[in-house]
Amino acid sequence: MTKLFMFEKPIGMRDTLPELYQLKRQVKQAISSEVSQWGYEPIETPTLEFHETVGTASAILDQQLFKLLDQQGNTLVLRPDMTAPIARIAASTLNKEDRPLRLTYDAPVFRAQQREGGRPAEFEQVGVELIGDQSSSADAEVISLMMASLERSGVETYQIAIGHIGFVNALLKEVLGNETRANHFRRYLYEKNYVGFRKEVDQLPLSSIDKKRLHDLLRLKGGPEVVNKARELVESKEGKASLDQLEQLVSVLETYELADNMMIDLNLVMHMSYYTGTVFEAYSEGLGYPVGSGGRYDQLLDQFDHHEPATGFGLRLDRLTEALGKEKETTTKEICLIFSHDRRKEAMLKTKELRGEGKSVVMQELTGVDNVDAYSAQFQDVIYYIGTNGNGGTSK
Amino acid sequence: MSEELITVAMPKGRIFEEAVELLKKANYPLPPEFEESRKLILEVPEAGMRFILAKPMDVPTYVEHGVADVGVAGKDVMIEEKRDIYEVLDLKISACYMAVASLPSYNPKSEVAPKIASKYPNLTSEYFREQGEQVEIIKLNGSIELAPIIGLADRIVDIVSTGQTLRENGLVELETMMQITSRFIVNPVSYRTKSAQIDDMVDRLAEVVAKGEANE
Repeated sequence: MTKLFMFEKPIGMRDTLPELYQLKRQVKQAISSEVSQWGYEPIETPTLEFHETVGTASAILDQQLFKLLDQQGNTLVLRPDMTAPIARIAASTLNKEDRPLRLTYDAPVFRAQQREGGRPAEFEQVGVELIGDQSSSADAEVISLMMASLERSGVETYQIAIGHIGFVNALLKEVLGNETRANHFRRYLYEKNYVGFRKEVDQLPLSSIDKKRLHDLLRLKGGPEVVNKARELVESKEGKASLDQLEQLVSVLETYELADNMMIDLNLVMHMSYYTGTVFEAYSEGLGYPVGSGGRYDQLLDQFDHHEPATGFGLRLDRLTEALGKEKETTTKEICLIFSHDRRKEAMLKTKELRGEGKSVVMQELTGVDNVDAYSAQFQDVIYYIGTNGNGGTSK
Repeated sequence: MSEELITVAMPKGRIFEEAVELLKKANYPLPPEFEESRKLILEVPEAGMRFILAKPMDVPTYVEHGVADVGVAGKDVMIEEKRDIYEVLDLKISACYMAVASLPSYNPKSEVAPKIASKYPNLTSEYFREQGEQVEIIKLNGSIELAPIIGLADRIVDIVSTGQTLRENGLVELETMMQITSRFIVNPVSYRTKSAQIDDMVDRLAEVVAKGEANE
């Protein structure tokens, strides 16, 4: 390996400089206050977890986990998401608490990347988990809260795609007969490979009606009417129940007047096995990747020996900041007070007064800067307490 | 959402011409001749499109990052690049196939190590793994046929359309790996946020492709 240059960082690791940090903090605070007003309580979990527990329970692929060893020889992981650690807590420490549990987090998560460019290895996620409520209202609450959070954070144009894994599984199993073949075809959807899906369907020894059902699955994308089209394709109880749930969800979102930003996409398969019911993804205009996602994961808590339904969402702070950063103008720094040593007391009193008014003031001694003009140019206002005469001149 | 221009990433050259031909058949008002210029961005507002002309290998990259909404890419490139994009339609243009080739004298038993030269290292290694063979891959950027002739590798993996290049260089095909055609690909976000325009485009293209097949 070549010697590293001193400025280099591991692949996918990023610095956040003050300007961007400011914006990121605003976004984070906006979302946090929205979710706390919906009654979600913040929670923190450790950065390191066991690979055997949280690492394997997580939805993130094993090759994307950062692993290390502790002194006892156990494999540890840097937490790749927050859902698995929260499931761990819900299944253990908080398993006696009254249900449903409403928890929220904002924390950095870690995912090792092979390639750079739009794939950070560490990024902050803000999200919620609603544990112990299996109703469609819980799914609707989580989706509406994600929408409300996006709006609160300043995202004006966004879209949420909503799907249902239960429906996809039911239809595939109904037509294809067994789990293995259903999995095989679900993988095509997961890989977004519609061409491969269609080609293989055409080669199957199926009736033309069944082939058409599978072809039609790929067209189940659009407004609420999609749910009715989907009804024509499934016969099984599971499939119909999934669509009932979806229909209820849509009607709740309509009541919340959020249906304009929603679309149904029954081909949305974000993971091969993690999600069990409703799934959704959020997109902001002008950004090529989803800004957030979520869904129902009723089997995750089983991995922590505790059976319980759960649903939640996670928003990616890095991508939200990127989407918003394109619109927001850069903020300039507020006030700089430049003083000379002999007038420090006056300068301090003035600064205290201004800070008391809620302004942000930099106090800078004159001898500490080389070029006063260049330095003070970055502030909106500059106040001088220099020399012997006057009560502090102001420029600009 | 809004009716903006759809940004279409296209490989320069033959695929571009064939794809433009398909779009014209799908009744998109494209000019009869695209100016033979060095421009990298061509706007056709009357068709609601902006074309960006890229290297074939880069088309899925532009689409994945969302700087292009849709694109036309060879299946070879897609397998090699493994980008997170929707593959929605087989355009059935630029048909060719991937093949393993070598000199006629190639004898697997005399290989020191199974070395394979290719422009497609990921595709090659995945293919041979599935075949149960571990190979060593030498990545080249072009003129792959040279490798066996001058002894860089015993076998090559490359794209073949007529087989003429292989024959001219005295190489023989050992096996056909997979059929390749160009695909219509879509960025996952654009697929939702501009779904009306993109779905319309996909439907119109699908119709043209189906007609083309029926006429064959």
